[in-house]
Order: sequence, then structure tokens, then C-alpha cells
Amino acid sequence: MALILSVNNIQVVYKDVILVLKGMSLDVEEGKIITILGNNGAGKTTTLKAISGILKSEDGEVTDGSIEFCGERIDKKYSEEIVRMGIFQVMEGRRVVEDMTVHENLLAGAHTQRDRKKREEDLEKVYDYFPRLVERRKVMAGYISGGEQQMLVLGRALMSRPKLLLLDEPSMGLSPLMVAEIFRIIQRINSEHGVSILLVEQNARLALSVAFHGYVMENGRIVLDDTVEKLMQNKDVKEFYLGLSEVGKAKSYRDVKHYKRRKRWLT
Amino acid sequence: MPENIAFLAQLVLTGIVLGSVYSLVALGFVLIYKSTSILNFAQGELLMFGAYVCLTFIVGFQVPYIWAFLLTLAFSFILGVMVERVMLRPMIGKPIISIIMLTIALSVVLRSLMQIFWGTETKVFPPTFSDVPIRFLGLFIAEIHLFSLIFAVACVILFVRFFKFSSAGLAMRVTAFDQQIAQTLGINIKRIFALSWAISAIVSSIGGIILGNINGINNSLAAMGLKVFPCIILGGLDSVVGAIVGGFFIGVLENLAGGYLDPVFGGGVKDVAPFVFLVIMLMIKPYGLFGKVHIERL
Repeated sequence: MALILSVNNIQVVYKDVILVLKGMSLDVEEGKIITILGNNGAGKTTTLKAISGILKSEDGEVTDGSIEFCGERIDKKYSEEIVRMGIFQVMEGRRVVEDMTVHENLLAGAHTQRDRKKREEDLEKVYDYFPRLVERRKVMAGYISGGEQQMLVLGRALMSRPKLLLLDEPSMGLSPLMVAEIFRIIQRINSEHGVSILLVEQNARLALSVAFHGYVMENGRIVLDDTVEKLMQNKDVKEFYLGLSEVGKAKSYRDVKHYKRRKRWLT
Repeated sequence: MPENIAFLAQLVLTGIVLGSVYSLVALGFVLIYKSTSILNFAQGELLMFGAYVCLTFIVGFQVPYIWAFLLTLAFSFILGVMVERVMLRPMIGKPIISIIMLTIALSVVLRSLMQIFWGTETKVFPPTFSDVPIRFLGLFIAEIHLFSLIFAVACVILFVRFFKFSSAGLAMRVTAFDQQIAQTLGINIKRIFALSWAISAIVSSIGGIILGNINGINNSLAAMGLKVFPCIILGGLDSVVGAIVGGFFIGVLENLAGGYLDPVFGGGVKDVAPFVFLVIMLMIKPYGLFGKVHIERL
């Protein structure tokens, strides 16, 4: 299987002193959805930012290791070059440009697309994907609903014709119904356009249901990685991320201690 | 036409002309504020720079007027890009207030440099426009005034279209809203900063050349940079349309104050009126007429 992205043992340091990623590695196969699970502060978002190059403007730096995209090293490149190469990060929190209309937001997404004809084509495609955006095209993006904003940022991402999408918490703050719709679209983007996707999600069950391969991250490094089927069967993943344990059994203090021990082992 | 109405109409007309120049300079100011959130206190110096450079080309090097004008625009472009390169690029990611302080420093440095090069006495452009005013509905308008009015309006239309339809204009608006979003879209924000400073310098220098032609150039031309504040506060800091409307409004207001209140108070009201108005405006409508009120979705 061809690798589109490979992150090799990277170390990321913020403000010269704060060590966030301590030897993080992962691979994304072409045309697949890969997911990263992990607690708050595990370094998932930092990983995405390291890949997309946004890290640099936040006073962060990849100090060790390498990131390769389509066989080319990108860890020293700036975000504008990386976007041009075909990696597009959709940040968490539905970052639309609130004082621009929906349509202008989409046009801004095509910043790297110089070809006018392709831009028109892509616009049509995005409106086809998200019919709800068509009725909202003249509305300021700050006024549309959360689900529509999430659609807008996904649509905006498509406007750049990415090869690899980095999605950060696309389900955050959305109703279950909307989450289901967004994930259907994510799968559609992946299968119809062959866009590889690196998905970061708090909702582990959801993420594992669409992904092909999963990584479990803790404290700045990968502690577990496997195909989704195997991960779902893994006892630790079940207990820590899917919230499954032996059902109905009262938790004793020993179990709690056991949990702590296991966590230590994992990190 | 009765004399008092003719007097009023004449004041309004010259006010509109003056206002068109204010609009131009305010436009330059808003451009920088919109894309970089920086209040540029050196706007007046950019304007003065344009005027001096143009004058030097015309008087010093005997360059034909139109070429001198174009060369000045090129120089302003370079100045804008250089300011961004030298002064602002190292400041990316630093608090915005520090950068604003830097623009104050820039204004002092630029003004002093211009004093060293061009001295402090008033210099005048060789007369290029005819002195004979054009009669218009019983009012008089000087040729230079008419020219500046047309020019300013053309620039304004150009810019509104630029922000709405061009890729660079949209990129500037995205950058103004959120630099991180801009980065994820593949926008080179450093280039956007440089571009907005360059365009702002160009627009200001056009204003400077016009004013220089009307009144001559000396150090006080930089004070025009301050006059811009009432215009943009009235229009709303981040609105291109607001800057334009504000510019015209303040121009007229200033002229009316000069015409009617100066004789009563014995002079000086003309220069103070815009700032009195600024204070009132801030009290009753701090976002200005067209300013962006932060959207809060509930």
C-alpha cells in the first residue's frame, strides 16, 4: 500500500521549552481514513498542526524526526507551501470567517486554485455535496447554524482539491443527528474523491466506525496502533476509550487502582 | 442664487473635494487595519513621503508629470513592502499593541528622515492645472479639485470591487478575520501584510500628491494622518465603505465649521471640529456607521 504521509519519530517543542510530542510516528495510506484517539492534551491537535505547518506561527517547532508527504519532506516547509502540495487542515471549532458570506468563504478556500474554470467546477461540486449551503450562500457565515458551519468548513476544504484532509474534532458541539450527517459526508469525500483523511476525534466509537486504521496516543506518543477491527477488540481500548467494561459489576477500589496501574503502563 | 445659499453650497462643494482626499487616505488606513489589525499611526508620513517623492521627480529630475506620478506609486509600493519586511515581519505573533507602538516609532523616524532630506520650509508643485476655476451651477470649482474628486471616486470603486471579487482581496479579509484560518487556507499571510502596506502606501501617496498640489508640502502635511481618525471612527474602523463616507462627511463638516464657526470664535474651529465630532461619535456609536459589530450567535 502506498503511503501518502509518514510521520517519523517527531519531537515537537513549544516556546523552546515545552515538550509536547516525544517521538510520535504514524503513517497514512493513500485513500484511507486513519484516526488518532487520545485523551485531552495527548498531543493529537499538535500532531495535525505539525503536519500542516501551522505550528510555526504558534512558536512551536519540529525539533527531531521527519514528516514526509508523497515522498517529500515537509517538516521545514511553511503552511502555504504545504496547502499547495495538497494537505488541508480543518481546525477544530468550526473556524468560518464570520463576517464573510458562505459563498465568499468557499471562494476563499480556493485561494490556492488559480484556475478559474476548476474553481467554478469545485464550487458546483461543493454545493452539490451540501445543498443546505446553497440556500445560505448570501448569509454571513457567523449567522448560520453550527452544523452548517461544519459543512462550510468541510466544503471550504474541498475547494482546494486536497489529497489529504486533516480533520480535527468534526463532531464537536453538534447534535447526534448532525454528527451522523457530517460523518456520512466525510466517508463520501473519502470514497468518491479518494481523499485520504487523518481524523482526530474524541468520540472514539464514531471514529473507529469510519476508519480503517487507528492510533492511540498518550502523552505525546503513540502507545498502540492497529487496524480498527483489532482495536475494537483490544481490552484497554474498550475500557479507556469505548467505556466498556464487564457490565453491571460494581467497581471496587481495587479496580480503580488497577485502572491507574494500567494507565501508567500505557504511558 | 441668494448669497448665503451660494456660500453654503460653495463650502459643501470644497468640503466634498477635501473629503475625497480624506477618503483616499482613510481607505489606506482601513486597508492596513482590516488585514493586519494594526492601527497605523504613520499614515500621514506615508502621505507626505508620496508628496515629496513626486515633487523631487518633477522639480529635481524634470520628469514629466504623469511619469513622476507613476514612479511615485512604485516608490510607495517599495516603501510599503520594506516597512513590512523590516519592521513588521519580526513582530508576527507578538501582541498587536506592540506593533501599534512600532508604527508610532515609524512615523517619528520617517518624519525626521524627510526633514533631513527635504528640509522644513514649504515647497510647492509647479502649476500644472489651470488656475481658472470651472463654473458649475453658479459655483466655482478649481481644476485640481475636480480632478482629485474624480480620481478619488475611481480609486474607491476599484477598492470595493477588489475586496469583494478578487482572490487577493478575499485573502486579505480572511487574514483580517483570523490569521490562523488564513494559514490553513494556504494564504501566505506575510505576503498579504506586505501587499496591504504597499497598497496603503500607494493610496496615501496619491492623497499626498493631490494635497501637495493644492496647498504645497511641508511637515504639517503629516498631520493629515491624524485627520483620518475622525473619518474612520465615523465610518467604522474596518469598513471600506465607511472610510469613504466618513472621509466625505468629515471634509464637509470641517469646511462648514470653518465657514460658519471660525468667524464667531475667531478661527481654529476648522481644525478642531472633526475631533470634537470624533469624541461625540465614540460616545453614541462606537462601532461607527458601517463598522463590524462582533457577531454573537446565541
